[in-house]
Amino acid sequence: MSELLLPPEQRYASVINQRRNEDGSELSILNLGPTHPATHGIFQNILLMDGERILDGESTVGYIHRAFEKIAENRPFYQITVLTDRLNYCSAPINNMGWWMTIEKALGIEVPKRVQYMRVIVMELARIADHIICNSVLGVDTGALTGFLYVFQFREKIYEIYEEICGARLTTNMGRIGGFERDWSPAVWSKIDAFLEEFPAAWQEFENLLVRNRIFMDRTINVGPISAEKAMSYGFTGPNLRAAGIDYDIRVAQPYSSYEDFEFDIPVGKSGDTYDRFCVRNAEIWESLKIIKQALAKMPEGNFHADVPEYYLPPKEDVYTTMESLIYHFKIVMGEIPVPLTEVYHPVEGGNGELGFYLITDGSRTPYRLHFRRPCFIYYQAFNDMVRGQNLSDAIATLSSLNVIAGELDA
Amino acid sequence: MALESAVIQQKVIDQFGLKVADFVQLHDILTFEVAPDAILEVMKYLKEDEILRFNFLTDVCGVHYPEYAEERQFAVVYHLHNWVDNVRIRIKSFLPASNPEIDSVVPLFLGANWMERETYDFFGIIFKGHPQLKRILNMDEMTVFPMRREFPLEDGGRTDKDDRFFGRTQQNC
Repeated sequence: MSELLLPPEQRYASVINQRRNEDGSELSILNLGPTHPATHGIFQNILLMDGERILDGESTVGYIHRAFEKIAENRPFYQITVLTDRLNYCSAPINNMGWWMTIEKALGIEVPKRVQYMRVIVMELARIADHIICNSVLGVDTGALTGFLYVFQFREKIYEIYEEICGARLTTNMGRIGGFERDWSPAVWSKIDAFLEEFPAAWQEFENLLVRNRIFMDRTINVGPISAEKAMSYGFTGPNLRAAGIDYDIRVAQPYSSYEDFEFDIPVGKSGDTYDRFCVRNAEIWESLKIIKQALAKMPEGNFHADVPEYYLPPKEDVYTTMESLIYHFKIVMGEIPVPLTEVYHPVEGGNGELGFYLITDGSRTPYRLHFRRPCFIYYQAFNDMVRGQNLSDAIATLSSLNVIAGELDA
Repeated sequence: MALESAVIQQKVIDQFGLKVADFVQLHDILTFEVAPDAILEVMKYLKEDEILRFNFLTDVCGVHYPEYAEERQFAVVYHLHNWVDNVRIRIKSFLPASNPEIDSVVPLFLGANWMERETYDFFGIIFKGHPQLKRILNMDEMTVFPMRREFPLEDGGRTDKDDRFFGRTQQNC
């Protein structure tokens, strides 16, 4: 049996037994996690330490595995959205919209331009919320709690916009096949306007606090770096990949939901270290704001959902008065919608990388197989490579800047 | 699109002949089947060929088809992406139920490590040459492979959920 198949603590114990430093000091094992105040989420890393230095480590994941793929095989399509919420719960609307777009691709539904623009707005708001959390928490991990509390009120503002759109805040379950469940009220638009008014100044202050801050720079520059080649081999996507210098962004590479209509840049870093990841996310927030402003300015007239009665729930008053609506309502709620035999893969640019949905249908009410390509799961395996030889405190900053979300990691 | 599906198909067929089959364009992605014993060579060729340049492994996942013939009950599905020409392909490899074994692609893509571990964990597909093929999301003591379709989602003995009147049976719900 290969040595690597043993539990890491056993492997490391034998290393400790065999090896002494020259001054007679011993190596030690540190069990970082699964619940540890410095790891935001349920992450366990078993580390072999020489004093403060990490010699080797192994991540043990799966503490909040909830069998989403298995559950999805047993649910009608519209009931799977609530599972996608719980993948990357920091940017749930992106997951929701990605899932609706996957079904629409499989069913061949064309959604109106207005819906696409509304989706872009809500996805970019979600991206901002996601990056606010990641970057401000990186501040916390390097000792700056104030900035975190200061910008967190704007995450709250974004959640109020979600609430106005769909009624929920964290796990949004937003939208339907073909569009949104209801038209956006005037309050939504005014809250978005207020957010665009107030947020940039606050974010600028936050940036000023950290970007050229000597302490912050010392704690993050050259911490947890990864080269572009290695990042690519490890399957990095999203801001972490762009921080290593590769300008791959699905919004540009394979535009979905009318992203081709907007002018924006893809910020890239150079060295792939914690500081670059921080800066790329900062810059992406400004790009997201640009996209939202353009989408608001160019917002086309039209309906808030596609005209697909077989898939889109009819208004409740019609259900009580007309026969067709009643039939459609019943069939949709029971999940009995016509589904072609097909296979689709639909990627969207999630908060932390390429979130892909691989759907195999067999014509029944449930997916035959649904696989989530979860960006965190794929790039988190590089973590131990990135922190080998670094100090423990650097590992915490690296983990924080990778923006690994436990829900997405463990599915 | 610079790299046409027909070009990919022709090049792969020229190189591997009968080891590749069933080329079909599913929505935006060219899909084809590769014999399991050739998977490593085919992936290496796709990655290193100067024209094809499929340099990024997007995804690896397993699928279980219990209704298929014995030698095709498991499938491993790879999604590859060429970032230069921005083209994706999907490769499927069917494995027998009695002995689901395939070569690991970790030597080509480091990121395949956990994706293959996940596939092993849920389907029991053995990746030969994988450096650390052990369970990842489920606990190590587990003896079953839960994404296989014979594994029930819920305890079959539950009496509080009776959906037969809505056309649902133990099999389809």
